[in-house]
Amino acid sequence: MEERWNQREILRYLGHRGQEIPENLDALIRSCEAELEQAAAPRALWREYPLQIRDQVLDLGCFRTESRNLERNLRDCERVLLFGATLGSGVDRLLERYKRLQMSRALVLQAASAAMLEAFCDRENEKIRQQYLEAGWYLRPRFSPGYGDFALECQVFLVAALELPKRIGVTLTDSLVMAPSKSVTAVVGVSRLPRDCTVQGCEACGQTDCLYRRETVAQGDT
Amino acid sequence: MDILKELQQRILFWDGGMGSLLQEQGLAPGELPGTWNISHPQVITDIHQRYLEAGADIINTNTFGVDALKYNENTGYQVEPVITAAVANVKEAVRRSGKQAFTALDLGPTGKLLKPLGDLAFEEACGLYRQVVEAGARAGADLVLVETMSDSYETKAAVLAAKEACGLPVFVTVTFDEHRKLLTGGSPASIVAMLEGLGVDGLGINCGLGPVQMKEIVRELLEVSSLPVIVNPNAGLPRSEQGQTVYDISAEEFAAVMEEIVRMGARMVGGCCGTTPEHIRRTVERCSRLTPVPVTRKHRTVVASFSQAVEIGRDPVLIGERINPTGKPKFKQALRDHDLDYILREAVSQQDHGAHVLDVNVGLPEIDEPAMMEEVVRELQSILDLPLQIDTSDMEAMERALRVYNGKALINSVNGKQESMEALFPLVKKYGGVVVALCLDENGIPDTAQGRIDVARKIYDTAAKYGIAREDILVDALCLTVSSDSKGALTTLETLGRVRQELGGRTILGVSNISFGLPQREIINAAFFTMAMQAGLNAAIINPCSEAMMRAYYSFRALMDLDAQCGDYISVYSGQTLSLGQSAVRGQAGAGPGTEAGTSGNRFAGGGQSAGTAAPGGHQDLGSSIARGLRDQAAQTARQLLETEDPLEVINREIIPALDQVGKGFEKGTVFLPQLLMSAEAAKAAFEIIKERMARSGQTRKKKGTIILATVRGDIHDIGKNIVKVLLENYSYEVLDLGKDVAPERIVEKTLEHRVKLVGLSALMTTTVPGMEETIRLLRQQAPWAKVMVGGAVLTEDYARTMGADRYCRDAMASVGYAEEIFGI
Repeated sequence: MEERWNQREILRYLGHRGQEIPENLDALIRSCEAELEQAAAPRALWREYPLQIRDQVLDLGCFRTESRNLERNLRDCERVLLFGATLGSGVDRLLERYKRLQMSRALVLQAASAAMLEAFCDRENEKIRQQYLEAGWYLRPRFSPGYGDFALECQVFLVAALELPKRIGVTLTDSLVMAPSKSVTAVVGVSRLPRDCTVQGCEACGQTDCLYRRETVAQGDT
Repeated sequence: MDILKELQQRILFWDGGMGSLLQEQGLAPGELPGTWNISHPQVITDIHQRYLEAGADIINTNTFGVDALKYNENTGYQVEPVITAAVANVKEAVRRSGKQAFTALDLGPTGKLLKPLGDLAFEEACGLYRQVVEAGARAGADLVLVETMSDSYETKAAVLAAKEACGLPVFVTVTFDEHRKLLTGGSPASIVAMLEGLGVDGLGINCGLGPVQMKEIVRELLEVSSLPVIVNPNAGLPRSEQGQTVYDISAEEFAAVMEEIVRMGARMVGGCCGTTPEHIRRTVERCSRLTPVPVTRKHRTVVASFSQAVEIGRDPVLIGERINPTGKPKFKQALRDHDLDYILREAVSQQDHGAHVLDVNVGLPEIDEPAMMEEVVRELQSILDLPLQIDTSDMEAMERALRVYNGKALINSVNGKQESMEALFPLVKKYGGVVVALCLDENGIPDTAQGRIDVARKIYDTAAKYGIAREDILVDALCLTVSSDSKGALTTLETLGRVRQELGGRTILGVSNISFGLPQREIINAAFFTMAMQAGLNAAIINPCSEAMMRAYYSFRALMDLDAQCGDYISVYSGQTLSLGQSAVRGQAGAGPGTEAGTSGNRFAGGGQSAGTAAPGGHQDLGSSIARGLRDQAAQTARQLLETEDPLEVINREIIPALDQVGKGFEKGTVFLPQLLMSAEAAKAAFEIIKERMARSGQTRKKKGTIILATVRGDIHDIGKNIVKVLLENYSYEVLDLGKDVAPERIVEKTLEHRVKLVGLSALMTTTVPGMEETIRLLRQQAPWAKVMVGGAVLTEDYARTMGADRYCRDAMASVGYAEEIFGI
């Protein structure tokens, strides 16, 4: 079976800080991975829009916003990709089941599905990156509403522009929570200029006090 | 002109895409297309007219996605005027074209996910659709089209609303992906079962794919559907070229594939995204003179969940009987205590043992059965994908369950009494379902097979008067215990055979009744089960956790050529070394934990024994089993200890110190969260054993106090709250878990009702923190004695203080610590 997400990431989401992993926990993680594989129906979608930045206002073709963090992320970019991805509602049903019946399993599934989603997004982005590279364009890391000062309210625009409910089944609740829960939306800058550092995920976010922040940066796997 | 009559005679053509044509005309991104019915009626009418000229028979109103969620005072456009204008625009186009055509009121998804996956309540969804349908019918629409649906539950809401609000024909098309699945997991067979049950007039597929990719799905729909099939594909598969969406096939190629699809048997065809009047014109040219393939009844007996269709036919179907309080004191207590987790465990365990459908009976005199039934059905369908059999004689409970059920249910039961049929058949007709028909009537249970056949015949005939097809009836031949009537089994078997041969009907049986009053009931049950299957039994209500029954089932299928190469038999029994009487979880990918004692499932890695943890015959240490998170071992050790020791002694000497040790380890960082939970679950398993033992001797474990836990309004992430609950329960607190997305008023109400001293609130999102603040404010006003602890990813110590919480708990152990402070322990 293809290695689709790694144990280190799952452990990170579980709050692991170097403790010994007993055999039964390791078995639990493996068994959750297998079950998740069955339940997940990963889907992704992206669309390209023109980008204009004027007086700190970012115009992403289908909506405007102000965000210093996002602006920094989109420096030297002429276009943006709006990106959406999900593991589908089957994962939520699975989580719901074990939240009721076996909390330890729910917790591990929660972590494994977060890791799986991240890995899926990385793979999808890599495909897009290759495609753009052939045409001489460079992609910036994913940047999501809620990262740093990029307003969570922008979810509404991303979801509408990408028609996410209809296309991949991702919806927003009234309080802007995505349902299914294992879903991602993001903005990806498109530039003619390469940038050395391809920081993304945790490291791209300004919220350094987050409980789940990665402690060490994995090299070259993003 | 009557669309249903026209449909019998010829192929009907639907129109094509609207959205992309509107964008060409200047519809801005983010602008609500429905508003153009009022602001640009000319543009809309022109597009309709072009489709009419291309040969379309049915024109959809430009109302996709029009509902009160988006069209309200905030956007300046209300639903009713938009709908009225939209219908008028189609009518105007028809008038101008001089042709005869039908106006279809177009309903699409709300863009929200229904509860429990999302935050839109089922009845709220019904209400949104009802408003649109009422306006559309008033404005003169000829039919309703529910389209581009990707969730069966929302589809059901739309169809129910349409049928309740008007008498117009209702057609439904859903969107499948390339894996032939709805976005929420439904299959062609499951959605067809549900829609036929709801009594729609035609069904099919639209959007998502081009005609080429749809062909296989259309084939599947045609195989199972007894209704006219509709096919409205996109113009092909889209790709982006210089910011423009282009499709991979031309209008002519589109039409050529549509011709194939009509030749396969589709009766209504048109287009969706990217299609233009040109696509429709070419399709009409190719298809209008084709001889329509007749729509035939398939006579399949099918029940379905949101994703699984189960056909009841030659291959026997197993219906799990365990969700039923009859004769089960623990189940009764669970109902009284509102312990739904107990019921969910029974459900999952039956699924793991191979049940295909689950019977659900929650009748108990001292509870509100209709409310409980509705709640249990909702809960069950949120955690598993098996179809359910609603088992109640309370018609209110039946209707509430059928209404919220996401699929086509088995309905248990009707009988030959006039009163019974009059009460139940209208519900079957309205909500759909396969109904269990008991062969008894005003004169009781007939002694002879002939008597039972006569009752069955009467039920079939009466059902027909309500428009309920024969295939939606399962005759229950009834079996009485052989211990009181030695000919009882023979009568039942004869009835089974004759229902099949003389009535061409399908049968069901509560098999276990046969052995009532006898010792070792499984022996008789299993033998009778084999005989009944041999006599033609199609569905058996049994205990799937009984290995004797499952052995009869797997053997029968292997011997009767129902199990290719004995594949299922081998997958279940190869390598199994259990002796008779022991129970096995099915080997293949079922789901879930076998949580009953003695059914340790193979995927239960965390709870299983790990090698070397318990030396055979040596001293088994309960404390260490708990510390290491070995659940089965903890239960087993507890059971052994209780043979010689006092329950309270076991708790105080073994369990509490182990929990403390793990808790301290967690605080120090030597134990991390999954281990903490696994230990908690191991302790809980030991507590269960102890609780049983104490109950037998009339003792109870004293609770330290009652704590309310809730995830606040707007928040649907409750994993953290559930972790806290597991730990608090282990520390002897009674936890009132109010769930997720809980309104402040409800939290206050429960706090007052139980005069609760400690309330725990969780919120994961910044957007839901206001819900938390409001809850705290209300609690302060109305329940000033209550302390409030808060937690969740977005919260901090400072934030919690600003909100007025008494304590910020950074993790689950911190909540336990605070509880111990408050309750003075």
